[in-house]
Amino acid sequence: MGNMKLKGKVHKFGADVNTDVIIPARYLNVSDTKELAKHCMEDIDSGFATKVERGDMIVATTNFGCGSSREHAPLAIKACGVSCVIARSFARIFFRNAINIGLPLLECPEAVNETEAGDILEVNLSRGEITNISKSTTFIAKPYPEFMMGIISAGGLVEYTKSKLKKNRV
Amino acid sequence: MRTLTEKLLAAHCGREEVSVGEFINARIDLVLANDITAPLAIREFQRLGVSKVFDPGKVVMVPDHFCPAKDIQSAEQAKLMREFAKEQGLVYFEVGRMGIEHVLLPEQGLVLPEQVIVGADSHTCTYGALGAFATGMGSTDIAVAMATGEIWLKVPPTIKFVYHGKLPKWVGGKDLILYTIGDIGVDGALYSVMEFAGEAVDELDMDGRFTMANMAIEAGAKAGIFNVDAKTEEYLHHAAANRVSPIIASPSPRVILRERSDRRISSPDSSFHSEQAPQSQSDKDAQYAKIIEYDVSKIEPQVAFPSLPSNTRPVSQVGEVKLDQVVIGGCTNGRISDLRVAAKLIQGRQIHPDLRCIILPGSQQVYLEALREGLVEIFIEAGAVVSTPTCGPCLGGHMGVLAAGERCLSTTNRNFIGRMGSPESEVYLANPAVAAASAVLGKIAGPEEVID
Repeated sequence: MGNMKLKGKVHKFGADVNTDVIIPARYLNVSDTKELAKHCMEDIDSGFATKVERGDMIVATTNFGCGSSREHAPLAIKACGVSCVIARSFARIFFRNAINIGLPLLECPEAVNETEAGDILEVNLSRGEITNISKSTTFIAKPYPEFMMGIISAGGLVEYTKSKLKKNRV
Repeated sequence: MRTLTEKLLAAHCGREEVSVGEFINARIDLVLANDITAPLAIREFQRLGVSKVFDPGKVVMVPDHFCPAKDIQSAEQAKLMREFAKEQGLVYFEVGRMGIEHVLLPEQGLVLPEQVIVGADSHTCTYGALGAFATGMGSTDIAVAMATGEIWLKVPPTIKFVYHGKLPKWVGGKDLILYTIGDIGVDGALYSVMEFAGEAVDELDMDGRFTMANMAIEAGAKAGIFNVDAKTEEYLHHAAANRVSPIIASPSPRVILRERSDRRISSPDSSFHSEQAPQSQSDKDAQYAKIIEYDVSKIEPQVAFPSLPSNTRPVSQVGEVKLDQVVIGGCTNGRISDLRVAAKLIQGRQIHPDLRCIILPGSQQVYLEALREGLVEIFIEAGAVVSTPTCGPCLGGHMGVLAAGERCLSTTNRNFIGRMGSPESEVYLANPAVAAASAVLGKIAGPEEVID
């Protein structure tokens, strides 16, 4: 995912968007991501799952993804077509989970401040560059630590660990 | 010079020291998953191409969220977990022996000071009450921990919270943590460890400390932690003596128990005077990112209004809030001392006819103790429901889901929109005394409105 360019429309949210509203627990009796995607953001923006288009982006303020450890949350966001989440800050477990499953996250307070719902953004993941096409502005997100880039470029934690285990065996 | 967290993380990556912000690979002493998070973890574990978990005696699975199974799909998830646990020989607690994981594991002697524990449940931070470094993660992280016995961590900074003074009547661990979250906000300790100290928390019993550590995540923290003292040791000995639940599979838990009976820690009284504290305590001159101090003597019982745990008010300033349901229990306040407080207020009174009161003992052992002490009788005579241990209503799963427009006061830990059911319902958080008083009066009330 490291070199990918993403483009999509913005869905804007506020602070402390928690995992209970991202995917309510009443839907956690299954772990099929297509089923989870149908209910993504349901309790904060009903109809989100039907209006979101492939490539669209979630832009939120602080502490996005707070609450439970349910990996179903980033899985639901990814499976409903969202290409990345941009926020001022992320909750810790959500951040790990998203990186682990290959949902790109970008921390960039400036971009969040200057972006409105419906804007079209283009994101260059390898450069951490966020361009607001609707407003002709460009921002640079906080770079990932090198260690985490390793997980991202491997395509997620499972792939990263697999190659590590393979190396150890040789 | 080192905090307890730094000591534990250094010991778990074979180093003398670690510095805040660096990435380490830490050895894991215990891995946990439940019936919601295990199915995903098992799927990712299988994708890793590993056939066996790193140590079956260190992997625990508990069917507590939607179990006893609430519907066919939940039953399928529980079945998948059960079969994996049996095939791998894991530590597994079946319905009838299980409890809410964060009540059960410490009670069963599986959690020890100085351990590093990861669990696919955000309230794994509860175990910090016993001086362990315990943190919640997602299923993929847990899959890797099950396969390798290691996990990557960024060494977190520690914020020290010092509670001075004497706790007023009816004020306990729940109020201290709600008050703290109300002060610093739901991201006030983001990515950090919350270390709890001061004479007021020294006075708290272990149940009160579990409550505080349990809600560290509600301030965004990676972990909550307490220094080990005589109360911790006493709890551990008691847990060893009262361990009742048989476990299928692995003999390793017995090995863990032997280790514990062999370990001796130096007396906390003497160690507090030296700068180099033992491994189970922060050094006196440890470096903290911040030190926040509170005088607890003026704190009242706290109530968190919808829909964030930080939205707190003292109970005297709540106003008139009529309730449809009260839940007492869960991983935050489902321990025996919580039920004793509730019973004290409910004894000889009746649950208000306009509301449902649901009591959730945290484990079969808590349930049995409550039964033997006559608490269950008090609850049932008053018109409350006493449920089998389950996370059920806390996350809107089953056993007390809310309809649109309904209001619930709960001793659990989250009051997000839709947390306990309909997105148009409301959840208020408080301690067991406030919950019990409210159940009797039909509206949010302080304990003193019921009893002196």
